Amino acid sequence: MTATISPLHDLTAPVIELSGARKTYHTGDIEFEALRGIDCRIFPGEYVAIVGPSGSGKSTLMNILGCLDVLTSGSYILAGEDVSHMDEDALASARNRRIGFVFQQFHLLSSLTALGNVELPLVYAGVAPAERRERAMRALTRVGLGDKSRNHPGQLSGGQQQRVAIARALVTEPAIVLADEPTGNLDSHSTRDVLGMLDELHAEGSTIVLITHEADVAARASTVYNVTDGQFVGAGTEIAK
Amino acid sequence: MRPGDLLGSSWRAIRSHKMRSALTMLGIVVGIASVVLTVGLGLGTQKDVSEEIAALGSDLLIVSPGSSTDESGMRGGFGSGTTLTRADAEALASTVAVPDAMAVAAEKTASVSLEYGESNWTTTVTGTSTSWTEVRSRELLYGSFFDEDDLDSSASVIVLGTETAEELFGSTYVVGQELTIDDESYEVVGVLAEAGSSGDTSLDDLAVVPMTTMVDSLDDSGSSESVATIYIKAASSDLLSAASQEAEALLLNLHGLASADDADFTIDVQDSLLDAATSVYQKLTVLLTGIAALALLVGGIGVMNIMLVSVTERTREIGLRKALGAAPANIRNQFLIEAMILGLSGGAIGVAIGVGLAVALPPVLDSTIVISGLALVVSVVVAVGIGAVFGVYPAARAARLAPIDALRDQ
Repeated sequence: MTATISPLHDLTAPVIELSGARKTYHTGDIEFEALRGIDCRIFPGEYVAIVGPSGSGKSTLMNILGCLDVLTSGSYILAGEDVSHMDEDALASARNRRIGFVFQQFHLLSSLTALGNVELPLVYAGVAPAERRERAMRALTRVGLGDKSRNHPGQLSGGQQQRVAIARALVTEPAIVLADEPTGNLDSHSTRDVLGMLDELHAEGSTIVLITHEADVAARASTVYNVTDGQFVGAGTEIAK
Repeated sequence: MRPGDLLGSSWRAIRSHKMRSALTMLGIVVGIASVVLTVGLGLGTQKDVSEEIAALGSDLLIVSPGSSTDESGMRGGFGSGTTLTRADAEALASTVAVPDAMAVAAEKTASVSLEYGESNWTTTVTGTSTSWTEVRSRELLYGSFFDEDDLDSSASVIVLGTETAEELFGSTYVVGQELTIDDESYEVVGVLAEAGSSGDTSLDDLAVVPMTTMVDSLDDSGSSESVATIYIKAASSDLLSAASQEAEALLLNLHGLASADDADFTIDVQDSLLDAATSVYQKLTVLLTGIAALALLVGGIGVMNIMLVSVTERTREIGLRKALGAAPANIRNQFLIEAMILGLSGGAIGVAIGVGLAVALPPVLDSTIVISGLALVVSVVVAVGIGAVFGVYPAARAARLAPIDALRDQ
């Protein structure tokens, strides 16, 4: 299986299918149920926002969806692949091929140029240098930073850094872009900028899952799920545009 | 992940933390430099000693008077007795009794003051026979050695070493000159070619006279028949032990002794001196190398320490790399290769410094340092190995970090 081909052939099958998802943490003798049975289906091209106060379980949900953690019980099918019981190596591969992360803290490596940062997922996918550079350059151009490819993160504004991170998320053509509070560290101008970028991606057909606690950010999405005490409150709310 | 990319990311990590990388390498640099130096010094000293001993001749037997072994294994009277005589030397020279000996020379020595005009010089005068030059492997620079006639007539002739001639006359071409010892006049008939030094004693500061002259005019020991040492040159170095056994049997017989345990003389072989010296220097080299290896061990622990700090410091980077699809093995290999590159660089710098010191130090220390290519290659390999061994634990820790915890790290 290569990372270069988008695996989404069947647009009617869900990209994400969570059934009875439960996650329990053990800290010494104390048990904490972070997710208490979540069912959720996200289809290709959807723009979903997951909202909830801190401690609601939305970070845990984000980790599960991002294959950074595994469920205690229940199942998680990502792009037709059951990732519920994968080992670490298989999870790493699933993250690499299926998921494009955008983090609140950008998480760019300061020792690499913008281009080098965008190339990074392709490095782990084993893509040859020439092809890697070309694809990374295309992704950077797509987020409007084609002219900043040689700059290091420290030479870019916060908004630009987050755009580099978005380019990095797109470069593998993942099944979903998973954005965790992507505007949490940005001023209002950059926030508009980055949210506009996500709108564009959605318009071009990308599947986006946005985790946030800000209602106005969530309002950009087509569907909003509310998490409280590890459960969805009500069904997903469709937002009329 | 492609191997080139793995190397590249390790190399970038090292370059982007120059100070930390330099500090990590320091221990290895010091360790490897000291290994190179100590091994070189050990080899050099061994070479010096071998050359000194080889200069004496490796086919030489040295018979010394006196040998009694007490219950504690200590030898008494070694070299100071009067049990060896000129008659012994003559008997040893017999081709019938000791067929494997090529030449024999007895020596009797005294410390005397040589005078020439206003200058005087104290040196060791050796009384011996005409075969001395052959036995001691010496050649004449000027003139000739004394002959059998001189020996028969107790002639007042003397052969000087170059250093002695230089000190006394101010030049080495002194054949035909006269010098005085205790107001008696001696004619210089020859000057010996230079032979260097053996340990602390110069082989060029000496005077040689016929044994008869020594006994008649110079010796004040009171035992005219006794000699200090008898040198036996074997026909070849292969025949050394045969010659040694023949000489021992003859001397026991001459001295009326039944068993070798009662021997009142000692026969030494130059080879055994060489072996003894070599074993001493080998032990010294092992000791010094052990100390240097300890320095390397400390260097390795330093690598581990700083790599562990580096893993902690780069927790977020590790988390990010894992989130982007790095498998645990990718992370482990990156840190392992980082540690190995640090070992390699440290080793190479250490070798360079070691070789530099090996070139710079000998004139100051007055010692020989031999740099062996093998030792250098082994040093670098060991340095890389130390990087790998001490990098394993930090690398495994990095690989085990859970991506969510790592990403959350502030």
